[in-house]
Amino acid sequence: MAKTHVTMKVNGAEVEGLVEPRTLLVHFIRENLQMTGTHIGCETTHCGACTVDIDGMSVKSCTMFAVQANGSDITTIEGMANADGSLSALQEGFRMMHGLQCGFCTPGMIVRAYRLLQENPQPSEEEIRMGISGNICRCTGYQNIVKAIQYAAAKINGVEFKEAAE
Amino acid sequence: MIPGSFSYHRPATVADAVKLLSDLGDEARPLAGGHSLVPMMKLRLATPGHLVDLHGVAGLKGILRDGGNIVIGAMTTQHELLASDEIGKSLPILHEAALLIADPQVRYRGTIGGNVANGDPGNDMPALMITLGASYRLEGPSGAREVLATDFYQGAYFTALEPSEILTAISIPVPPAGHGSAYEKLKRKVGDYATAAAAVVLTMSGGKVATCAIGLTNLHETPLLATDAAKAVIGTSLDAASLKKAAAAAEAIMSPAADARGPVEYRKHVGGIMVTRALQRAAQRAR
Repeated sequence: MAKTHVTMKVNGAEVEGLVEPRTLLVHFIRENLQMTGTHIGCETTHCGACTVDIDGMSVKSCTMFAVQANGSDITTIEGMANADGSLSALQEGFRMMHGLQCGFCTPGMIVRAYRLLQENPQPSEEEIRMGISGNICRCTGYQNIVKAIQYAAAKINGVEFKEAAE
Repeated sequence: MIPGSFSYHRPATVADAVKLLSDLGDEARPLAGGHSLVPMMKLRLATPGHLVDLHGVAGLKGILRDGGNIVIGAMTTQHELLASDEIGKSLPILHEAALLIADPQVRYRGTIGGNVANGDPGNDMPALMITLGASYRLEGPSGAREVLATDFYQGAYFTALEPSEILTAISIPVPPAGHGSAYEKLKRKVGDYATAAAAVVLTMSGGKVATCAIGLTNLHETPLLATDAAKAVIGTSLDAASLKKAAAAAEAIMSPAADARGPVEYRKHVGGIMVTRALQRAAQRAR
């Protein structure tokens, strides 16, 4: 099958490549671009480990072809740190609140939570839980992931984070 | 999991898309949000030789008020539906149902056109469309035609859509101000298809049901309009006996498949409960 030339912006840098139409975006990111932070979990659009941010949308990159992302602006977990390399509020939240155990779901969780907080900077606990309902974690039971996102929201909004009493 | 090889086409107009589908024949499939088709391709349960991606087609997105109708472009995503104040005001049942479809990531990509055109009995929007009396605009090589949602569904994955036709827009008559609506969906977990679901749109007058339509999701190979169930509550105050009659009338037309969501008897039983709950909640919301 003839290959197609694609260009896109990934984490602020212009990238290009030759892909077959059937190449999934997640494979293009991991194999062509050698950015392996975006994970492949279920491959059936359920788990959310492959979530990337495309033109302001959280998208499961295993369910989109790389040719469809031609010309788009993509952010992956590799683009989540602050410009000076320090941890972003979300990354810091996951670290401080122990929002991960094995860490497999974490890239997808953080990229998804990033868009959630862009759209809703002060989400309720319920809104956080529904907002990450397309991301599956098999370790934490989600409690600390929710806290990590609450921590980040508080930091972004410049207020002190207080853990809710359990 | 990697799909089989295919050629990718990205037309810019409906006419070009129709021409591609028509020229390429059986091997070609239109691609909307892709969240039904791409997973099927990865499993090699679908192996189209050509994909005609509709994302580049101008004019297939958007929500417009046209007199007494809301017209929704087929490529409008569930996320865009949820963001629309017009939908929230005129057709709140669409917001309620869209929030119960899959998960946030899928809703950024999944389109209302794909949801209604695929003919998947598990999709939620078709039952809403037959309940609301919607019609679909189908455009093909010989022009455009309007088909009522109630006439569109012929069997699981079989619809009135002819080869090389594309569903381009959905037109929904706006229910009267003060109407009440509800979509009750029983599912095993977030993101699942319905074990059973019921849509209700009704109006109340003097404490009694004046008009009522009931649609059912995933309880037959097509969405169902539960006409007898609706008749059973018109003129009543939704007392226990009328609700029971409506649930029984709805259950009488259900023929769900036995699957991982439960045996036939169970799915019919909970289907009746969804009808009851949707009727009660719609009535509470009516003014």
